[in-house]
Amino acid sequence: MEIPYTVKPRPDTGVYNAKIGIWLFLASEIMLFGALFSSYIILRITAPEGSWLEGVLNVPIGFVNTLVLIASSVTIVMAWASLKMNNYKAFQGYMVFTVLCALTFLCIKSVEYNDKFHHYEMWTNAESNNRFTGHFDKSWLAEQKSAYKAKVAQLNADHQKALSSWSQSDKSTPAPVAPKFPEITFFTLTTTEIRNLAAFLGTDSVVFEKEAKHAYKYHGMPGEDTHASNDHAAAGAEDHASSTSAHDDHSHHESLTIPVSEIKRTSAFIPSHSTYFAIYFTLTGLHALHVFGGACVLAYFVICNRKMWKNEPDRLANRIEVGGLFWHFVDLVWIFLFPVLYLL
Amino acid sequence: MAHDTTHASEADHAHHDHHDHHDHHELNFWQKYIFSSDHKVIGIQYGIVSLLFLLLGFLLMSCMRWQLAYPGQPLPLIGNFINDLYGGENGVMTPEIYNMFGAMHGNIMVFLAIVPLGFAAFGNYIVPLQIGAPDMAFPRLNMASFWAFFIGAILIFGSMFIPGGPAQAGWTSYSPLASSIPTNGQAYWLIGLVILIASSLLGAVNFIATIIQLRAPGMTWMRMPFFCWAQFVTAFLLLLAFPPLQVAGLMQLFDIVFDSSFFLPSGLIVGGQPADISGGGSPVLWQHLFWFLAHPEVYVLILPAIGMICEIISNNTRRPLWGYKTLVFAVLTLGFLSFIVWAHHMYLTGMGTVISTFFQTTTMIISIPSVIILTCVLLSLWGGSIRFNTPMLFALAFLPMFGIGGLTGLPLGFSYSDLYLHDTYYVIAHFHYIVAPGTIFAFFAGIYFWFPKATGRYMSDYWGRVHFWLSLLFMNLIFMPMFLQGLNGMHRRMVDGGANYASPVGPEGGVIGLLSEYIELNQTISIAAWCLGLAQIPFIINFFYSITHGKKVHSDNPWKATTLDWQTPTPPPHGNFTHPVEVFRGPYEYSSPESDDDFVPQNAKPSPSHQPAVAKK
Repeated sequence: MEIPYTVKPRPDTGVYNAKIGIWLFLASEIMLFGALFSSYIILRITAPEGSWLEGVLNVPIGFVNTLVLIASSVTIVMAWASLKMNNYKAFQGYMVFTVLCALTFLCIKSVEYNDKFHHYEMWTNAESNNRFTGHFDKSWLAEQKSAYKAKVAQLNADHQKALSSWSQSDKSTPAPVAPKFPEITFFTLTTTEIRNLAAFLGTDSVVFEKEAKHAYKYHGMPGEDTHASNDHAAAGAEDHASSTSAHDDHSHHESLTIPVSEIKRTSAFIPSHSTYFAIYFTLTGLHALHVFGGACVLAYFVICNRKMWKNEPDRLANRIEVGGLFWHFVDLVWIFLFPVLYLL
Repeated sequence: MAHDTTHASEADHAHHDHHDHHDHHELNFWQKYIFSSDHKVIGIQYGIVSLLFLLLGFLLMSCMRWQLAYPGQPLPLIGNFINDLYGGENGVMTPEIYNMFGAMHGNIMVFLAIVPLGFAAFGNYIVPLQIGAPDMAFPRLNMASFWAFFIGAILIFGSMFIPGGPAQAGWTSYSPLASSIPTNGQAYWLIGLVILIASSLLGAVNFIATIIQLRAPGMTWMRMPFFCWAQFVTAFLLLLAFPPLQVAGLMQLFDIVFDSSFFLPSGLIVGGQPADISGGGSPVLWQHLFWFLAHPEVYVLILPAIGMICEIISNNTRRPLWGYKTLVFAVLTLGFLSFIVWAHHMYLTGMGTVISTFFQTTTMIISIPSVIILTCVLLSLWGGSIRFNTPMLFALAFLPMFGIGGLTGLPLGFSYSDLYLHDTYYVIAHFHYIVAPGTIFAFFAGIYFWFPKATGRYMSDYWGRVHFWLSLLFMNLIFMPMFLQGLNGMHRRMVDGGANYASPVGPEGGVIGLLSEYIELNQTISIAAWCLGLAQIPFIINFFYSITHGKKVHSDNPWKATTLDWQTPTPPPHGNFTHPVEVFRGPYEYSSPESDDDFVPQNAKPSPSHQPAVAKK
């Protein structure tokens, strides 16, 4: 026996199977994102003084992304309507546009992510002005990286040499031990990595490009004015760090040389930075996964289902309707995410 | 609607070219038994995997019971093997190993054994049959959900063999403990859990869609067997309660893999060192998210069992289920209320008396539908001519066992008494009475009851009785003493069974520690637990022997049951029903005056002579 109501709606419930399936799935999705939003609220209201970030995200970019998603939500409906009006060409056009919107969204999001991965905050042991944002000096970082690689290669080569000379000897002495060196990824440096690197290379300071304006406000932060004037006030970190004012293209940056011993903590804007970034990446990452999954399915519908259009047009229209419901949901989640993360 | 179904069955033969994916060639072995989309095969796959995990969870517990009864003595037989895997010497179980086994016992039993067995295995096999559907609404999704379960299960089980061993923070995995243990087991468990949850979400969607959409013509909501109602509510619980745990799992995974601080507070000290984290998280948040799932989960464990019990009791008392409608509304109420009682697991977190009072009130309210259900089933026995076969014995034993488990839960539901009983053996005894002699007995009843439908042969009734009486005896010998231990204050996480606290007499002469007689009870319990394991041997042999050598059934309906699952060929073919089914009556028309026999199947047409009488009702 065939499974009934795969295409035609069941008379007493008024829906076909897949439609009730997608609504149920969306119900569970609401609980999924609902739990995350609830966690956001709890983390925010219980955050210790000075740990919740505000104004760190790029609102114009987020706004553009909102428009992109809303546009795609409109075109998916147009695609479905075109199919119902027997206009396959228009359907294709709208679907391609929808999928392109999804990809645009993901591209913009990844640019945003990348920016966060290379944006650091530095906490120092200084009395004042001991918390600022910026990034490691690019040329300094490149130097460290090549020095690290060279030293690791040197150590390995030495070890190989010692090993081969040992294997040719009478082996009365114990075999040489493999050299130990710290694992450093150079993707987003952590405090431990910075310390290990300094110890490994025998350096004692880092070069940090400090932003004149703190990248964000946080609850309980001193007023904006204090920070604006920090540019010129030679206090705080500068007590221990020699400052050379940068020229040319980096006029809004200030290059600081900070002793490693003075670094209390440093972190890029990644989940380990604070609970704010942890929930930000979880929420937007999970949402981006949904966008990606939805885009794949919609692309599949428009690329691989041409035969179905000829044989079972109703079934294809149902697929688009169900896919469209999911797409609206993904859009709706963003409609909540944007104000909650970017504006509040 | 009847017309539609007829048409659909004819379409099989008429339109070979119509649906190219509905091929009619013979399925090979892999398509038929491994990657099958047939709900019955998937049900059996779930059943086999989850029964294996049930056994495994039991074996872990048997090792733990040795450590509790004879702390510090070498574990017989497998002591050295365990040392090779996890460290330790002389075959002795170290506290770390005890914690691993404890955590894995809970995880395996809840997520890999009981839930898949009750909801997925029995539900998959029976629900489409009982509602007269050819299969689940989304058969391929059903297969995907089994394989997702399988992968998740392998990840969780496989974590027992990775360096450092599996998760050790209990099945509740409270942060910051769970995120601070420096082995990889917890991460494996979390990834496995996220996949498992995806699987059960797909399953839940499938069940609800099937029950709403694929009921046979005439199968109205109030003609649905109670088992289907129980599964329907269970599916909703899984659908809506599991996603928060999925999120919580992802967040804890972030804490472990990306060093975030969702559940880690500021100023956390791990191993005497300040942890290198940002802090600012909330450990209580994990507990909220966890128990938001884990309390409805309790009803996911018990509702399929209650559903099966109702089918079996009604069938074997040969009379309608007492208060069918009441039962339906009670189970719906139960499902709804189960979402707002979760924090009664958290009275000790200091969340405040106002919140405690709220959850204490809802907890007391939820006991009402539970009692209604139990009462209805008890009243169903009244005046019945009871057939005491093996399934019925297990079903009858379920009632007092579930009753004991439920009633002993009341002191835990009141915050005042819970402060004393929290995390003692009393809690262990309470929930094991519900899940072990409760749910598992119902599953045994279900296996003995539906075995003839799945295989065409009975399981041996004699060995079934041996299995039943021994299990009943040892189950109670295990869990009844635990109430006493718990009331005496024995904490559930002590690796030595309380030996450290055995200081019976204080300086002033009063008792200050655990009384030695309660510590000695550990040995009684352990011996009973091992005997319970031995008592399962008749069942295992009976199960496999009967598949090929059991007494053959001489009818498709050996128990003379009314529901549609018994109106199919034995075993049911792919597509279930050879003829389109139509339903004319309720699910439990036993001892009906309408028929000379003592039952009328749901799909029996009303006979003309009786029709006026039926219409009058």
